[in-house]
Order: sequence, then structure tokens, then C-alpha cells
Amino acid sequence: MKNQVDRTALSVAFTVGLYGAAFGAAGVTAGFSILQTCLLSILLFSGASQFAVVGIMGAGGAAVTAIATATLLGFRNALYGLQMAPILKVKGLKRILAAQITIDESTAVATLQENDADRRRGFYITGIGVYVFWNLFTFLGALGASAIGDPSVWGLDAAVPAAFCGLIWPRLKNKTHFVVSAVAIAWALLLTPVTAAGVPIITTVLLAVIFGLKK
Amino acid sequence: MSAIWIAVLGASLTAFLNKYLGHSVPEKWLNRPSFMKINALVPIVLLSALVGVQTFANKKELVIDQRFAGVLVALVALKFKAPFPVVVISAAITSAAIYNWF
Repeated sequence: MKNQVDRTALSVAFTVGLYGAAFGAAGVTAGFSILQTCLLSILLFSGASQFAVVGIMGAGGAAVTAIATATLLGFRNALYGLQMAPILKVKGLKRILAAQITIDESTAVATLQENDADRRRGFYITGIGVYVFWNLFTFLGALGASAIGDPSVWGLDAAVPAAFCGLIWPRLKNKTHFVVSAVAIAWALLLTPVTAAGVPIITTVLLAVIFGLKK
Repeated sequence: MSAIWIAVLGASLTAFLNKYLGHSVPEKWLNRPSFMKINALVPIVLLSALVGVQTFANKKELVIDQRFAGVLVALVALKFKAPFPVVVISAAITSAAIYNWF
């Protein structure tokens, strides 16, 4: 491997790519075809939003609820774009490609570097690397899950919420975050018996607004 | 077009617009302190709610079953800083064992 930037970028890309298998399995378990599951990784390409779409549709939610939840989750990518734009300085087709790979990991690896040349290199290698591995493993996970009849027999019914826990864990940085997380779970469970599927999830955004404005 | 197709294509479109927006608007449009605080909490609440629903909901009913045991094992694995595949696979094995043997 040529240098430290490439090493970091590729190891992040491979590790995160493995998550793709969990997503592929989750998609098929939720009733998406292999094609629909793979298209989410190719086109949407943002882990948390993808899991939200299959989670809400799988629970019987409306398409508009799934789209709205995924959009709110994806808004952080807009903020990453703001951060990366002055460093990448790209236009036209290149900007479209750079936008598509603007995700948690590519931005994180870029911000760890000390100069703009390394930031650009870290961003592109991580972004493209995650894209390749994430899509490859999505396909393998979807293929594997479609070979399985009842998802409970293989524990896939618990693997999906466990994968979500893995996505939330690194974001819980202080006590308030843990409290907010617990309140959101309680809220969603309270609403589950009385509202349409998906509503218990998207309405927790109100909690984010309340807690966000409080302090 | 089925609801799933609408969700796949619609969410893909808004995801791209989110990404492209950041590369294309002046920083001051999005960079406001209260807004940033709310935004940091949005993934936490939405993903936590999803964990709750996927662990305890069976359609509109709340149940405690093998999934809860699997998720508890995943939380323990995370607490001990286990890598992601270990977290997911240990949850799956726990849940499958309970489902198949009890």
C-alpha cells in the first residue's frame, strides 16, 4: 500500500462494506426483491436511510413515511457536502459523482487528514471503496437471505435491530444522547398499537426538535 | 408501481438531492447552531425508534420474544467494543437458538 491515507481509506471501506451484507439480508427479509434491495445500495447509498426504508416498508408503513424518514436521516450528508465542497472544488459531472459518495465514512476519513491533497485522496478512495464493497456485500447478503425461508430460523429477525444498534452506538456521546434514545424508543412503542406503521418512527423527529432547542 | 418501488426510487432521489444540496449552496444557509443541535439528534431518535419497533413490534402488537434476547446480546457486544460482524452474528445466533429450541 502506497501510503497511510490509502491504508486507512481501504480498511474503512472494507469494514463498512461488510455492513452491506446485513443490509442485503434486511432488505430481502422485509419483502424487497434482490433487485430492489441492490438498487437502494446503488442509488440511495446511505446506510441508515436504506435500513430505514426497508424497516418501515417491512413493517407495513406507507411509501411516503419511508421516504420522509430516509430524507431526514440523509440530511446529514448535505452538511458533509458543505464541509467537502471547498476542499474538492468540483463542478458538473464530477460534482454529481462526488455528491453520490458524500457519506459518513468518506467525510470522516477526509477530515482526519492534514492537507487538502490528502483530504481529497482520502475522500475519493474511501467513498469509491465503500461504494464498491457495500454494493458487493449487499448483493451477497440479499442472495443469502433469499435462500432462507423463515428469517427467524436463522436469527435474521434480531440481526436487523442489532445492526441498527451498531449504527446508533457511536453517536451516543453523552448522557443526554442516551436519554433521548430511551425516550425515542418509549415513544415509538407507545404509538405502535395506535398509529399506522412508520408513524411511531418519523414522529420522533419532534423529540429531536424539543431536546435540540432545550439547551 | 408498487409501494416498495415508490419508496426505493423516491428515497433514492431525495438522498441524492440532500447530498448534492450540500455541495451547491452557500454555507450560511445550513450552518446555524440550533439547527445543528437538532440535526445531531435526528439520527439518534429515528434509529432508536426503529430498534424499538423492530425488536418488540409484531404488526401492531408489542411482544417480548427471541429478538429481544438477540438485541440484548448485541448491546453487550457493543459495550465490549466488539467489531460490527460480531455484534450482528452474536445477535442472530442468540435469537435463532431461542426460536429453534424453545
